[in-house]
Amino acid sequence: MVVFEKPHALTDAPLHYCPGCTHGIIHRLVAEAIDELGIEGKTIGIAPVGCAVMAYDYFACDMIEAAHGRAPAVATGAKRANPDNIVFSYQGDGDLASIGTAETVHAAARNENITVIFVNNAIYGMTGGQMAPTSLPGQVTQTSPYGRDPKVCGYPVKVCEMLAQLDGPEYLERVAVNSVANVRAAKKAIRKAFQNQIDGKGFSLVEVISACPTNWGKTPQEALKWIDEAMIPYYPLGVYKDRSKEAAQ
Amino acid sequence: MGEKVLMKGNEAIAEAAIQAGCRHYFGYPITPQTEIAAYMAKRMPKIGGLFLQAESEIAAINMVYGCSSAGMRVMTSSSSPGISLKSEGLSYLAGADLPAVIVNAQRGGPGLGGIQPSQSDYFQATRGGGHGDYHMLVLAPASVQEMAELTVKAFDLADRYRMTCMILADGTTGQMMEPVSFDFVPGEPVAKPWATTGTKMERKHNIVNSLYLLPDVLEQKNIERYEKYEKIKETETMAEEFMVEDADIVIVAFGIAARVSKNAVIAARKNGIKAGLIRPITLWPYPEKIVAKAAEHAKQFISVELSMGQMIEDVKLAVDGKAPVSLCFRAGGMIPMPEQVYDAIAEADKKLKGGN
Amino acid sequence: MTREYLFAGFGGQGLLFSGKVLAYKALIEGKHVSWIPSYGPEMRGGTANCSVIVSDDPIGAPLISHPDVLVAMNLPSLDKYESEVKPGGMILVDSTLIERKVERTDVDVYYIPASRLAGEMGAPTLANMVLAGKLLQVVSEYDEENVGKALAKCISARHADLLDLNFKAMDTGKTFE
Repeated sequence: MVVFEKPHALTDAPLHYCPGCTHGIIHRLVAEAIDELGIEGKTIGIAPVGCAVMAYDYFACDMIEAAHGRAPAVATGAKRANPDNIVFSYQGDGDLASIGTAETVHAAARNENITVIFVNNAIYGMTGGQMAPTSLPGQVTQTSPYGRDPKVCGYPVKVCEMLAQLDGPEYLERVAVNSVANVRAAKKAIRKAFQNQIDGKGFSLVEVISACPTNWGKTPQEALKWIDEAMIPYYPLGVYKDRSKEAAQ
Repeated sequence: MGEKVLMKGNEAIAEAAIQAGCRHYFGYPITPQTEIAAYMAKRMPKIGGLFLQAESEIAAINMVYGCSSAGMRVMTSSSSPGISLKSEGLSYLAGADLPAVIVNAQRGGPGLGGIQPSQSDYFQATRGGGHGDYHMLVLAPASVQEMAELTVKAFDLADRYRMTCMILADGTTGQMMEPVSFDFVPGEPVAKPWATTGTKMERKHNIVNSLYLLPDVLEQKNIERYEKYEKIKETETMAEEFMVEDADIVIVAFGIAARVSKNAVIAARKNGIKAGLIRPITLWPYPEKIVAKAAEHAKQFISVELSMGQMIEDVKLAVDGKAPVSLCFRAGGMIPMPEQVYDAIAEADKKLKGGN
Repeated sequence: MTREYLFAGFGGQGLLFSGKVLAYKALIEGKHVSWIPSYGPEMRGGTANCSVIVSDDPIGAPLISHPDVLVAMNLPSLDKYESEVKPGGMILVDSTLIERKVERTDVDVYYIPASRLAGEMGAPTLANMVLAGKLLQVVSEYDEENVGKALAKCISARHADLLDLNFKAMDTGKTFE
């Protein structure tokens, strides 16, 4: 009897992520949502530049690799070309909240009918641990070796809070994947973000607080704990916008 | 010929794109090409197409990237500073072998420059613009009729070779009105089995990508692309030759500079000077063989440009030392008048005759 | 035969439009034509001009340095371009807006109080068309049918009610002595 299977929407390619990295969990949650909704055959994924750059090898649906930060614009082009396709982007914090801020904000403002999976681990992982737009005040990185000093580097960007100010987006939720309960909540949010697109509701973004033990200089267990102790207090979990729900109330 | 209508060059490009089957346009406002966006904004919604004003040139070219990945005929347009912004996307389009049509109605630079016509993006266009080993097809219309015809051709070439094709126009050809007719037939649609339109669970996933982390694999991709470029050089090079066969003095000029130069060549011939004109229509691939052939008899080449001298380098490469090559130019948004080009021809003629 | 026209004045006076009507009429008559505007950041009030070439032969450069015909609708335009007109050419002046006389003696000059005439017919914005009517008359190319066709091509369906008024303005210019 099979009790646990790899989702169909993931290929057999072995993931390259570091031990303890939670990208693998998030990939799985996205693939499970695609499987459950039965949309693999019409889904187009947009891969970012960053640690998830090779996501195009991991998802079994059609995939497009975008330039750094441009995934929401590429997704816009793909979705507008074939509105019956389900289009999602999978982006990290540097990609989405630094070099691609304009593309993110304007895709949200247009209420572009796409799904955005935003992986926030407060660091540039692929390039070896530089300060991210979401690195916390005081966080030590390769390019903030004395800790992020807001006087010099400014403050982190809180993406859900920022986008919630816009009239455009349909759904914004921040989740985490550092505990079983949080993973289950994340799954629910990701599935909803895809369901919203199927229902034609518009721009749905799920921010996933994710662990980067390698570049945080922590063990996997310590990293998951640091999410609870440092990340979540700064980036509170929850729904920041759910327009259909608000309208129903 | 069908009925001729009086139209601006920029509008002719937009209408021709629609007739070529383009139903998706992404752009950002900039002078002097805004008529293209305005035309698309007006027409596209009426024919089931899409006009989308992007938040930036960068976003626009990446929307083109996504839309082309989906297999659509898609276009964007801009002017010089905006093309610099799009250059990142041009490189990615090339790296992913995606067809797209990009219009550059050039204006004076560098920097914000000015808004008057220029040809100073020649290097940027013919050498690729963005980073990496690649070329774009580059077409240089000289009339409103050609703006239309070359736009249709651009879509056909882009699809056939899976390349970006740039219409390298300028403020003058974009803004001027001339009669134009649209009774041409676009080429047969090209199948795009590589497009990301969904697997329908019937095939392995398609991936549109420009990332190759293994250097030997990337090298091989680039070699294959350059083999394709060689074939294109053989089959797609276009130029107009005007009174070149017996010319001692050959002008080389494209776009608006060629229009101006033609007047000067006609005037020179009236005064007994054997002048001729080569007008490259494709700037990449460059009509080097046509220039080289003229160099077998011509004694002087003059490159006439609305720049500080960019195409002159390609003229020199093609002439290969067989004759001197000089430059006649205006820059920064100024346009040479026929009198200036005539004077350059007359001066060259005087030198040649003095040398006999 | 080739004739080069330069229309010059303030932005908003409709010179680009009257140039277009002239070009369209020539196109209808089977001529080669080109029309090219100067363009700038100012939509209204700045200097504006357009060059029109009408020819029996294909047109090379669409640019003009020495026009056969200058239509001037403000003083700066006359000051700037009077000396550029070819000897034997002609200058049409809106004499309501330009008080000085043309100094050249080797060109034919027509003074038309176009702005006043347009105002009198209740269409003060059509001084450009009054001048266009006179222009076609003095070059012996006023063909009523083709003028009507050209106007119909240049005036969008949304403004079809203005067609008659434009025609009337051109007729006013044509018959002004």
